[in-house]
Amino acid sequence: MTDPHSAPSGAVPVVRISGVDKTFTRGDSILTKALEAIDLDVNLGEFISFIGPSGCGKSTLLRIVGDLTSPTSGTVTVNGKTAERARRDRDYGMVFQAPVLFDWRTVEDNVKLPLEILGQDAATRTKRAREMLELVELGDFLKHHPYQLSGGMQQRVAIARALAFQPSILLMDEPFGALDEMTRERMNGEVLRIWQQTGTTILFVTHSIPEAVFLSSRVVVMSARPGRIAKVIDIDLPRPRNEDSRETRRYFELVTEVREVLRAGGGSLDDAATVDAGGSLERALAEGPIG
Amino acid sequence: MATVTATRGGRAASGVARPNASGRGRRTVLWVLLAVGIVAVWEGLKAVGGTPWRTPGSLPGPNNPVLWNPPFRWPLVNDLNLPHVWNIWLAFLDPWQRGADRNVAQFLFDAALFTWREAALGFVCGAGIGLILATIFVHSRWLERAFVPYVVASQTVPILAIGPMITYAFGGNVASVVIIATYLTFFPVTIAMIRGLRSLDPRALELTRSYAASPWDVYRKLRLPASLPYLFTALKIAATASIVGAIIGEGPGGIPNGLGRVLDTYNQYYITGPEKLWAAIIACGLLGVTFFLLVRLAEVLVLRGRPAAADG
Repeated sequence: MTDPHSAPSGAVPVVRISGVDKTFTRGDSILTKALEAIDLDVNLGEFISFIGPSGCGKSTLLRIVGDLTSPTSGTVTVNGKTAERARRDRDYGMVFQAPVLFDWRTVEDNVKLPLEILGQDAATRTKRAREMLELVELGDFLKHHPYQLSGGMQQRVAIARALAFQPSILLMDEPFGALDEMTRERMNGEVLRIWQQTGTTILFVTHSIPEAVFLSSRVVVMSARPGRIAKVIDIDLPRPRNEDSRETRRYFELVTEVREVLRAGGGSLDDAATVDAGGSLERALAEGPIG
Repeated sequence: MATVTATRGGRAASGVARPNASGRGRRTVLWVLLAVGIVAVWEGLKAVGGTPWRTPGSLPGPNNPVLWNPPFRWPLVNDLNLPHVWNIWLAFLDPWQRGADRNVAQFLFDAALFTWREAALGFVCGAGIGLILATIFVHSRWLERAFVPYVVASQTVPILAIGPMITYAFGGNVASVVIIATYLTFFPVTIAMIRGLRSLDPRALELTRSYAASPWDVYRKLRLPASLPYLFTALKIAATASIVGAIIGEGPGGIPNGLGRVLDTYNQYYITGPEKLWAAIIACGLLGVTFFLLVRLAEVLVLRGRPAAADG
């Protein structure tokens, strides 16, 4: 393999991204080169984070993997299939920054929604939804409605829903971006525990360096204009990780390394607030105004 | 960064609180005060500028002395244009026409029930057509652009012009009345449901894409439930519109049993008994309000458990 970001030998790549470009056009004119020459292999059971300045296309990349949008050129192979085939086979669970829960459904019924669409019978749905809500420690809130829960709890329901049909890959697009720092750290612990319990491969987009380092097996640092992979950093912090991991020397070294690559990439996380081209642009177009 | 759901949660905080007993009591008191106020203004104007007051229900004559002689004579508030409230009330108990054994109240009740049946049939047809049209338009931008202008244009044509045409086409029967009620009903439902069926968060659609959900599943499980608040808002408008449509349609349709004919008849006898026309108008109003409240009741039941369910 000549691929510069290939997986360590012996591991099975679950997601193989090769030569992916994404260009946004309006009419005939090229608006933005959101992604250029992206190559990456993600292994089975890996927790991989994408971090980079706004406009580096990290969300776009995640959306390409999930077949919510298609690359301009290049290919994405998931479990040996095309991304579209994988989506149709329900290989993906998705969690967005907003929980996107449905107010008219109870918490339990929200988690059941994908199972209803999959055509599972009522007993299986109930059993599975309750298991998942136990997993995210919301077993006592089955009959609540989403608007009765806090932001962190709503996001946990969204995670339970994403895991309900046992997808092989969980795609998380800044899932904790809207949460306060305290809740975010607690959610980090939760998601790590869920990842260890379920063994799901997770692709995780974030703006937070500490979050990326704490969670991941590898951190993909991206640079903007055009969006490229600046460096893939192996996170060799021992597992299981807990709050103490955040205070080790190695943790700080890795956080510093990620930060330095980001700085060298020309982008700083501080311009995250500016709605830029690339991923944020497409999301802005797709989602309409969000807070 | 506030998320969509967070703002929903915010709305929930105010919306979830059901009106408690004291809130409902206050509303009743306000309602009664308003009614008393209207009667006070009504009779106050008549006391200052109306026809000389006599015993309720009596005609002018030597046996009925004048009880109060207002200082002014304002035509607009005389007994012909603005009858006394108690005389309107008493008119409900009069025979509905000379020598009849049923009184105006019974007569109006039957007529209202008849008109309501026509209106309700038109309401159901109109709501169904509106829902189907909106569903088509939401799934095809092309058809939406092509046909929504005609849907809007249909409502700019006065129903008074369309009524006779429909009567000629379908004959002077209940069907033509139902068609007119349908005609007035489908419009608000179509327009509201185009919005309602599109009211889903776009990320919800991405979510269903990741489930590889069929368009039918998306429609049934998400679009339709998300649109229900819009639907009920439209149905409340449609309920009153269908009553208006039915009453208007009964005129050219020549339907003898409904409120349309009653209004027509009492209109002709206005000079000798204006109170009866007022009574009929009140009956029309009550019918509209009753239908509205029925839809509102259905709304509360169907939208139970949603954050905005308690809002008017």
